[in-house]
Amino acid sequence: MNTAVNLAGIKMKNPVTVASGTFGYGREFSNFFDLSKLGGIITKGTSLKPKSGNKPSRVYETPSGMLNSIGLQNPGVEYFAQNDLPFLKKFNTAIIVNACGSSIEEYVELCKVLNKLDIDGVELNLSCPNVKAGCMAFGNTYEGVKQVTSEVRKVLDKPLIVKLTPNVTDIASIAKAVEDAGADGVSLINTLLGMKIDIDKRKPVLANNTGGLSGPAIRPVAVRMVYQVAQAVNIPVLGMGGIVNGEDAIEFMLAGATAISIGAGNFINPYTSVKTVEEIENYMKKYDIEDINSIVGTVQMN
Amino acid sequence: MAEQVFAELIRKEQLKEDIFKFSVKAPSIVREAKPGNFIEIRITEQTEPFLRRPISIYHLDRENGILEFIFQVKGKGTQILAKRDVGKEIDIIGPIGYGTFKYDDYQNIAIIGGGIGVFPLYELAKEAKADNKNVTTYLGFRNKDFVVVEEEFKNVSDELILTTDDGSYARKGFAINYLEEDIKAGKVDAIYACGPLPMLKAVQKLAIEKEIPCQISLEEKMACGLGVCLGCAVKTAKSPKDAPQYLHVCKAGPVFNAKDVEI
Repeated sequence: MNTAVNLAGIKMKNPVTVASGTFGYGREFSNFFDLSKLGGIITKGTSLKPKSGNKPSRVYETPSGMLNSIGLQNPGVEYFAQNDLPFLKKFNTAIIVNACGSSIEEYVELCKVLNKLDIDGVELNLSCPNVKAGCMAFGNTYEGVKQVTSEVRKVLDKPLIVKLTPNVTDIASIAKAVEDAGADGVSLINTLLGMKIDIDKRKPVLANNTGGLSGPAIRPVAVRMVYQVAQAVNIPVLGMGGIVNGEDAIEFMLAGATAISIGAGNFINPYTSVKTVEEIENYMKKYDIEDINSIVGTVQMN
Repeated sequence: MAEQVFAELIRKEQLKEDIFKFSVKAPSIVREAKPGNFIEIRITEQTEPFLRRPISIYHLDRENGILEFIFQVKGKGTQILAKRDVGKEIDIIGPIGYGTFKYDDYQNIAIIGGGIGVFPLYELAKEAKADNKNVTTYLGFRNKDFVVVEEEFKNVSDELILTTDDGSYARKGFAINYLEEDIKAGKVDAIYACGPLPMLKAVQKLAIEKEIPCQISLEEKMACGLGVCLGCAVKTAKSPKDAPQYLHVCKAGPVFNAKDVEI
């Protein structure tokens, strides 16, 4: 039975990764299980310089999900390279750094640094809805995505995946921009922009007013978008959005994802990602599937 | 270090219409836990309600490996939890937080709590008293209907000063007024506080003015409780306005030195 996949040139022992911002830099989860069991780890969104993040309250529970407005709090790439990367290298798993910036120059500078590090790939974050500059501001037009991705491509030799925002009218055209700019893969979906109002205070519950919605609540939207993107481009898709078990993971793969990420599911049970690896294997046994790659994109539309 | 256990609910007690005390068998967590730590409880195996609920530890029965927590039914999560039957399991991650109550350096300890914020202070009082500290506890409640765990605190304090805002039970007024008198009389070496934000702010101000070491237990909305989502941010004191710095309740906290945080 083969569970190994090749995501945009990143070889992984299985298709299960953990989504940016839901797994830190791995340390906390290493207390619960051996990180080598995962196909890959996508780090917390990391910027050129440290970022302190948004004012609290930053998170709020919603039906089958949650809103967050963390604001990309992170220690910066230098700190990551010195403190977190050596720790992550102790495990036999792909390390993909989620890279964020507030200008094209910053994305390029950051990726120049990342290009020299011993990592397996970069996930370019063009989709965080919680910061004023950069990210989603580039990520919601074809031109914006193509421009940033092209500039980064010039300085990055490692596998380049671009993470898309679902807060657009036509996600397939945005994915096309990623492909046209020469990236190796796309990942989707980042969070959907949402808002929750406290009716006693008549104010939004998040200090930043709006935040990104994640969790099972967004899963059907994510599955639909993964399908649309997989139909539109020839580069591999990393699918995510409310996956909490093997069944969900298989759904994304049938829709066209070569690999998947567990996001908010890590919060409710620290073992969600490793359980998902096991459950994918169970599905393969049940349907006598020799190679997990053989199911990718095999949904038969009505 | 936090771990996940499926702990059997062995005793359940309804202290008020909306306040429950649960005793669970969780020897490994009890062994590791320190006063001030909290736990994260998964309400259901399904995904609705979605997130775990952070709940403070009330009592650690180290001999029998029993952990007790007291919670108020506030929303649908705690509503579901309150209905759990004795004999059933509860999915718990704990103990959580590196910031716990520390009292070794002090002899005369003042513990001040308000409302449902009194619960995380019980284990502290118990352990400090067992270590021969002189423990004075100040507990404030809205009125006599809200008074809980009075006897329990009496048993682990050298003196218990109980107040109600309206004077309908025990002394009238705010607990902090009595604490302030004792500070003036030179009877307090360190303060430990948990309770509603206005009370915590007043205690923090008082402690800083009087230059008395003070540890406060804070809460903030959180998603993971594992130190990765960075949701439960608390601003550090004296951090520059244009570049605020944050600590996190589930990591550096939930207990902070009062002078280190802006609340």
